[in-house]
Amino acid sequence: MSCKKCLDKVMDTYPSKVKKNREKHMLIKDSDETQEIQANTRAIPGIITNRGCAYAGCKGVVIGPLRDMVHIVHGPVGCSYYAWGTRRNKAKTKGDEKNFINYCFTTDMQESDIVFGGEKKLREAIREAVELFNPAAITISATCPVGLIGDDIKAIAAEAEIEHGIQVLAFDCEGYKGVSQSAGHHIANNILMRDVIGTGERVEPPKYSVNILGEYNIGGDGWEISRILNKIGYDIVSIMTGDGTYEELKNTHNANLNVVQCHRSINYISEMLETKYGTPWLKVNFIGVNETIKTLRNMAEYFGDQELIDRTEEVIAEELSEIEEPLELFKKMCEGKTAFLYVGGSRAHHYQGLLKEIGIETVMAGYEFGHRDDYEGRDVIPYIKLDADTRNIPDLHVEKDEKQYRLYLPESKLEALKEKMPLGQYDGLIKEMKDGTIVIDDLNHYETEMLLKALKPDIFCSGIKDKFISQKMGIFSKQLHSYDYSGPYAGFKGAVIFAKDVSAGINTPTWSHITPPWKKEPIIEGEINEGVIPC
Amino acid sequence: MLNHTPKEIYEKKSLVINPAKTCQPIGAMYAALGIHGCLPHSHGSQGCCSYHRMHLTRHFRDPIVASTSSFTEGASVFGGLSNLKTAITNVFTIYKPEIIAINTTCLSETIGDDVGSIIQDADVPEGKVVIHANTPSYAGSHITGFSNMVKAMVTYLAVADKENKNGKTNIIPGFVNPGDMREIKRIAKLLGVPITMFPDTSGVVDSPMTGKYEMFPRGGATVEDIAAAGKSDLTIALGRFASEAGAYELEKKCKVASSVLKTPIGIEATDALVMELVRATGADVPYELEEERGQLVDIMTDTHYHYHGKKVAVFGDPDIVIALTEFFIGIGMKPIHVLTGTPGQSFELEVNEMLNKAGVEGRVKSGGDLFELHQWIKNEPVDLLVGNTYGKFISKAEDIPLVRIGFPVLDRSVHSYLPVVGYKGAMRVLEMVSNALLDKVDVDASDEDFELVL
Repeated sequence: MSCKKCLDKVMDTYPSKVKKNREKHMLIKDSDETQEIQANTRAIPGIITNRGCAYAGCKGVVIGPLRDMVHIVHGPVGCSYYAWGTRRNKAKTKGDEKNFINYCFTTDMQESDIVFGGEKKLREAIREAVELFNPAAITISATCPVGLIGDDIKAIAAEAEIEHGIQVLAFDCEGYKGVSQSAGHHIANNILMRDVIGTGERVEPPKYSVNILGEYNIGGDGWEISRILNKIGYDIVSIMTGDGTYEELKNTHNANLNVVQCHRSINYISEMLETKYGTPWLKVNFIGVNETIKTLRNMAEYFGDQELIDRTEEVIAEELSEIEEPLELFKKMCEGKTAFLYVGGSRAHHYQGLLKEIGIETVMAGYEFGHRDDYEGRDVIPYIKLDADTRNIPDLHVEKDEKQYRLYLPESKLEALKEKMPLGQYDGLIKEMKDGTIVIDDLNHYETEMLLKALKPDIFCSGIKDKFISQKMGIFSKQLHSYDYSGPYAGFKGAVIFAKDVSAGINTPTWSHITPPWKKEPIIEGEINEGVIPC
Repeated sequence: MLNHTPKEIYEKKSLVINPAKTCQPIGAMYAALGIHGCLPHSHGSQGCCSYHRMHLTRHFRDPIVASTSSFTEGASVFGGLSNLKTAITNVFTIYKPEIIAINTTCLSETIGDDVGSIIQDADVPEGKVVIHANTPSYAGSHITGFSNMVKAMVTYLAVADKENKNGKTNIIPGFVNPGDMREIKRIAKLLGVPITMFPDTSGVVDSPMTGKYEMFPRGGATVEDIAAAGKSDLTIALGRFASEAGAYELEKKCKVASSVLKTPIGIEATDALVMELVRATGADVPYELEEERGQLVDIMTDTHYHYHGKKVAVFGDPDIVIALTEFFIGIGMKPIHVLTGTPGQSFELEVNEMLNKAGVEGRVKSGGDLFELHQWIKNEPVDLLVGNTYGKFISKAEDIPLVRIGFPVLDRSVHSYLPVVGYKGAMRVLEMVSNALLDKVDVDASDEDFELVL
């Protein structure tokens, strides 16, 4: 079935209001036209969306990975419980540092707290956390009822800072805010930027110092990226926020370049760091061999020293020599296959290159909580109409910090570099998709089912909620949120691990048993006796 | 691993660390999946529905589909009426379930949405049904949510008919795996007792791979089955915390007698279920079942030295933990730490009574957390830990083997297909317990003590 027919068929089932809404969230790529997609708008009640909430984006994604802080979730037990160890943001204890990554903290609000307020309980919970753990800092994340009953978590945080002498950050990330996890990213970005980043001493950073922004160390991706960058000679000041610490975060302003992996979740901070401290940001992609090489070359060119450029090429050659053979082997096993990609706010773009390197074409891609700029590129930002849901998320405006603002490269040089690399720029997903492929925002259950049936890809890269729907149809599904508990998938070595996992999933002999033998061949045997007329 | 948990017991009043429970809606969602053709619906923010689907999917490794009212800030201020009505229309038009089972959340409960009234006003197609349960996340636990949804099934669906009793026995299985539900049905079948099981998630969350995706798989109790539960002679509720409320509601509404038993884990609890079915229906116990029981007793005796006298910490959901504690006492183990996250004093009373009777001195707590359990273990070590996957942090920190029983099990597979209930299930528990202890013996043994036969 053609893509157009397939999308039309999906639309036919929808009630008219749903149809009117959903058709704006999908397109068939046509490079002859300027294509617009609707994104970051409300999901429709009753439509089975994969989206989560602001709390999930704030605590679950951005602040949860910070390992030396105690993250107290103020609310009923569930919200903290579901975000406990489920996102695979790995964190390693260094020396005698504190690491709370395997702990889950909640005020476990009860009915009486809802009726009489939960402030007293929260205050006491903070006190208990300090007495027990003496952490570097504490975060408080609000859940739905907190905002509704009016607990003033900001005031409590301020009081607690005075009482305990450590920083206590309050995040108003109630689940109903915004339209998806994305609102939570923004809320987390604002507070970290306002209250933590830049509070460390301003020092002259090492020459090749970088921050890796929007890298959450899922399956150890951040470690593989760090391995490569360290090998070349970079100093990583802070990874935001995978395996990150409070101390590192405070010093994020002490770097000469910010590289941005996940644009959606962290672009607010990268922009603000540039405005306030003068550190430019470079959009990078450490997923896939070619993209990793491109990223490394861009980084080297930014710093511009021949020694670094040469070292970069040396490392690339060395790394390639180790992976070319196995990658070729897996490519042979996957060549000619097709993929659907439906992941968060970056990976549906990032993984297309890696898939292609092992011979797999992406025929459908979409984000769960991306904005128009993640699809169409940042040039579209001034034209995005903000709806009420987005306007309710406060926007933090920072200004140039005259004392701490510093340009590593002169502006003229920066402008010249912008012609060559995505410095302060992201072109989005659509640009790189082939003509005739489908782009869908906030792909829902019904659309997933219909598209899988019609276009029969060989692999569906999505999350746990879709995985078994796809596999019931005989289509391998690879979780790209949790990597099916494998990884790392980033960088050079990660590419091979990904290729191996995908190849195994597509080629596992287990698929061959779906149809039982008695449904493949006739089992009633008989013979026709001459002279007897069969009836 | 969990390096910051001190040995010295710290009495917390407000902070819960490493909870041993989660919130009501996920239990309600699981119960709702036990109705055939049902789409569970979460009336709250999207995140709740997403988290619950995620967690259930990880435990069962099968598609768990549910819809949400997708609350935004506006809905939270003005109420969720419009969202829910829209959702009901969309769900019936697009997904075409037989029934929608709505659970509330802390959000919709706090703002006071009257879901019952909204349903009455909603546009429900002819022949289709919408039910709801109030499941505020700030009271009870996921077990309470399961119980509330089971009760809602009765309230909405069961029909009394004293004149036309159908001679059946209802069984409410509790928050157990589909493998357990199948085993309970098999036992009833062996006894020749016609039953209606509800909820029944077998055939829903353990559906086969056929190359075709069925949004509503074959399994589940039908709406008609649950309606006819009002004509049965008896309801057996397995596990007080998860199943009692549904059975009592059926007694109140339809005058169906009720009997509350333990979740049938272990020989005594299984005996109790078999005896209840025999007493109620006059069924004969067939040799096949007697043989299974005899095999179990044989195994228990033959392998007693693997576990006799071993100290064990048991945690998880109250009905499962109560039954496991009884079983462990019955095979000579010492359950010295017994904890559930679900609140309920009766848990403590019941377990303490069992321990007292057995002469085991132990700590028992309802509404506790795993931080507390860890502190107990640091002060009084155990040989074995039995509970859900979240026990693995303590298991690693203290080098204690963990047997995974209960919900959720996120790091091992196949568990949901195989029973822990019934005589067969008891054999499986014995195998898991023995193997865990013996694996540890092998790993820890010096070369000269490393034995081929154990």
